[in-house]
Amino acid sequence: MTMSGDFLDQIFISAKQWLLSLLTGAPDWLMQVASSLINIAALLGVFLTLFALISVLERKILGRIQNRYGPNRVGPFGLFQPVADGIKMLIKEDIVPARADKLLHFLAPIMIAATAILTLGVIPYGRNMTPFAIDGGILFFFAVGSTTELAVFIAGWGSNNKFSMLGAMRAIAQMVSYELPLIITTLPVVMVVGALSPDAIVAAQNGYTFGIVPHWFVTTPWGATAFLLFFVSSLVESNRTPFDVPEGESEIVAGHMTEYSGFKYALFFMAEYFGMFAVSGLAVTLFLGGWQAPIAGLQFIPSYLWFFAKLGVLLFTFIWIRGTLPRSRIDQVMAFAWKFMLPMAFTCVVAAAVWHYQGRGVAGWLWSLAVVAIVYLGLSWFLDTGKKFATRTYRFAE
Amino acid sequence: MNNAAFLVIAIVTLAGALAAATLPKLIHAALCLIVAFVGLAAFFFFLGAEFVGLVQLFVYVGAVAVLIVFTILLTRRDVGKPDKFNWGGIVVAVAVFGGLLWAILKTPSVAIAAAQIPPLTVKRIGEVLLTNYVWPLQCVGLLLTAALIGALVLVMEEKRR
Repeated sequence: MTMSGDFLDQIFISAKQWLLSLLTGAPDWLMQVASSLINIAALLGVFLTLFALISVLERKILGRIQNRYGPNRVGPFGLFQPVADGIKMLIKEDIVPARADKLLHFLAPIMIAATAILTLGVIPYGRNMTPFAIDGGILFFFAVGSTTELAVFIAGWGSNNKFSMLGAMRAIAQMVSYELPLIITTLPVVMVVGALSPDAIVAAQNGYTFGIVPHWFVTTPWGATAFLLFFVSSLVESNRTPFDVPEGESEIVAGHMTEYSGFKYALFFMAEYFGMFAVSGLAVTLFLGGWQAPIAGLQFIPSYLWFFAKLGVLLFTFIWIRGTLPRSRIDQVMAFAWKFMLPMAFTCVVAAAVWHYQGRGVAGWLWSLAVVAIVYLGLSWFLDTGKKFATRTYRFAE
Repeated sequence: MNNAAFLVIAIVTLAGALAAATLPKLIHAALCLIVAFVGLAAFFFFLGAEFVGLVQLFVYVGAVAVLIVFTILLTRRDVGKPDKFNWGGIVVAVAVFGGLLWAILKTPSVAIAAAQIPPLTVKRIGEVLLTNYVWPLQCVGLLLTAALIGALVLVMEEKRR
């Protein structure tokens, strides 16, 4: 790597060092606090900007898919739409239902936003750019992420509204179910790397075959399967179409967010997007090589640009799916989790072990492909009910 | 610095536990209990047991807490409020506290300073679990599988009619 490339790659690290050097002579704890504050400010700044950008981009892309313009009134190409939205949200009346549990109703949006921001902290955004580097980073991500369910429950319960409660129950049911495949598909990566730290996982995906095939885990059969399962689970965890049953507008108004208005609603909205960024960022870290360049010749481009490019591709896929697929039913969602996702996730663990013990080469690649293919075909055969386009029967209606 | 942190965590944890035992609304009590769980996780972090702290957060805040709130959700509110003070609870509490205190005071290792141990990494925990403690691990696995199958059987009962 050339000197100029190195400089660009580490420009933010150098900027932070320079900021900290202004404090030389200060006591140790002050330095630590200042260092953390810089990280937090950078994280919030970057992701709030990304949130604003993606909210307008999503509407533009959905507009394109649905053959209309999307927002185009505020600023050039409607780019200042998020500013207008933000101002609107801030000056709206904050309505708290009379029979609501005031404290819980107030607490839920704060809790959900806090957990979403915390999970963003452990992801490596570039070389030496992990805001909160701890040994068990992956575990931290899931431990903090699992408290989201609690926040959703509090929102549903605190609102004292049947739509809120139904939405919260659905959200918790599908989040708990899909957390299993989500966690189990990270297991093969952790197993192969032998560490729970995101930095170690990115470092393990370093290197290229013939200079063009990166050693990302997604290039192995077990990694590709695990990535697909992880991606589907992350759609569910962030309540996105086709798994947005918790807030299915046609059935239960807006689920657990029904009784929220103004800035509290905006916080839920923000938390949902932050959760999406976090889980996509984790997918990039685990399977798509984190901040590594896709081919050896492109390593001169700064690492953080690669990370955000990959994140952008995943986020675009999220939006694309939202514009393409209809909403599924809650029982279909649950059955899919337990009957298909979970067995496939366990298969990934076995396939990764096979890959490892066959020497991580071509033989291992083929053997793990065989394991995945056999289980997939078996499951397809086993789960095929043979009911092809039969007349629809209703259990509760008619 | 460390003492202040210890004090703050201890106060938050104890306050959470106390509130969990005394608050009239069950759901508030459950949430305060979660505060106490988080406080315990903070203690584990404080002691350098990062893994245990994260698992505490994961299992108790992520799973047990959801179980508790669902239990509250699925039971009826105000089913016959207890009209007189429950002395039995105090007796049990004092007995448990006394027993634990006695056990702690009897433990010789509390008095001596801990030797320097290498930091407990996840890797080491895994190695120890699959070598020295493989039988307990297998037993726990069997127990959990049995519980899972039991839960499934309970749910299936409805369909058989």
